[in-house]
Amino acid sequence: MLNRNTKIVIACAAAVATLAGCAGSMAPGASDTEARAKALELMKAGFNEKGIASMDRLTQDETQALCSQYASGAIPKDVAAKIEKANMAAIKPPSDGKYLGDWKRGEQIAQRGTGFQYSDTKDTPVGGNCYACHQLTKEEISHGTIGPSLYNFGKIRGFTPEMQQYAWGKVWNTQAYSACSFMPRFGHAGVLTEAQVKDVVALLMDPSSPVNK
Amino acid sequence: MGKRIMGAAAAALAASLAVPLVLAQDAVKEIEKYRQALVDGNPAELWEARGEDLWKKPAGPKNVSLEKCDLGLGPGVVKGAYAKLPRFFADADRVMDLETRLVHCRMTLQGLTFADATKQPFGAGNERKSDNDALVAFVTAESKGVKMDVPMAHPKEKEAYAVGEKMFYFRGGPYDFSCATCHASDNTRIRLQDLPNLTKEAGAQLAYTTWPAYRVSQGELRTFQWRLNDCFRQQRFPELKFTSDASIALTAFLARNANGAEFKAPTIKR
Repeated sequence: MLNRNTKIVIACAAAVATLAGCAGSMAPGASDTEARAKALELMKAGFNEKGIASMDRLTQDETQALCSQYASGAIPKDVAAKIEKANMAAIKPPSDGKYLGDWKRGEQIAQRGTGFQYSDTKDTPVGGNCYACHQLTKEEISHGTIGPSLYNFGKIRGFTPEMQQYAWGKVWNTQAYSACSFMPRFGHAGVLTEAQVKDVVALLMDPSSPVNK
Repeated sequence: MGKRIMGAAAAALAASLAVPLVLAQDAVKEIEKYRQALVDGNPAELWEARGEDLWKKPAGPKNVSLEKCDLGLGPGVVKGAYAKLPRFFADADRVMDLETRLVHCRMTLQGLTFADATKQPFGAGNERKSDNDALVAFVTAESKGVKMDVPMAHPKEKEAYAVGEKMFYFRGGPYDFSCATCHASDNTRIRLQDLPNLTKEAGAQLAYTTWPAYRVSQGELRTFQWRLNDCFRQQRFPELKFTSDASIALTAFLARNANGAEFKAPTIKR
């Protein structure tokens, strides 16, 4: 906390030559840092814990904080590299070394959009909701377009062990490869279990999956 | 439009949504036709009428109406008021959106406590109707056809906008989501639902000027506070407090971005 405040003071001191000032309530032209601090203050006061959604969800990790800070513009290369390095180091490989589960269960996970909302309970089945943003199969035409099409994911890239490992990493923690990607870090954040990540990877990488037909 | 006809139409809509997915594009067209058919018989009018009654009828411990409520254009002026909100109110020393201002008037004019004025912010069926929903429907309808003109002259209005912008880009929770995850890109959709890019004028205008809306799938009129509340639920955040400064700041950011566009709500949505 002290460290964070110190940083803000330094940022303010650096900005004071050109901006209206940093002290007190925000003035026109107040710095980005100050607006972010005020936003966090208002959010901490402006939300209630409800059901399974506790207030600690508003506490950002370093990746979330950096991605918020640079969200409206380009991320500096060194910041992107830092984010990717930290998230790559956090990827946990499957405990038995096997990347592929059952693509049929993976398809159910890809279709399901529930889990972790305050309208859910801790017993609500959790999905990956992949179809919300991605095309995956020819059969499912109700798919979103926020993410790229993953149709023929394995067929195009090859059904190799290296590609299985890559698919695992993308689902487990996509920011290891693409800093500030919009996609959740499903394994890293504990949204999907290890077994569920295997099933989703099978949906992408099993030659018999409809993704690769 | 009678309830029975609405029910039949909703059933027809549900049936059209249940067709095999190869026909999903046709279903989208059918929904659009259904929306068009309802433009002249929007059930939101029921909320508007009830809201007008609530506005004019003496109520609360002080047994007075809301007709002296100042929505920013002077006591009792409703016409065009919503198109200039949120704005700074000197008497409360705070930027307020419509819903916060209505709570303020119900407290100061009618003598309600904050708890009583906010106990049913969003409707939940005929047994639990929301006075807030009805009042919002009435007031917003009085800005139909008026150009959005949200002020940003007062320092606190500028602050609210700046803070709202930071909230829009704030990533958090188990899914790393922010508002921007879904609303900062062009021509994207979730499943088959088109997403407005709220960081650009056209997208912000399209979205902001069409709330509140009667939601066919829910059978309720939904206000802008409700819209933000439900976005944060899907973001996997805790619950946004009704009329919190955070909710007002985010509304100020989005409303101001819609400036210049003609206000169209209450509308009807899926």
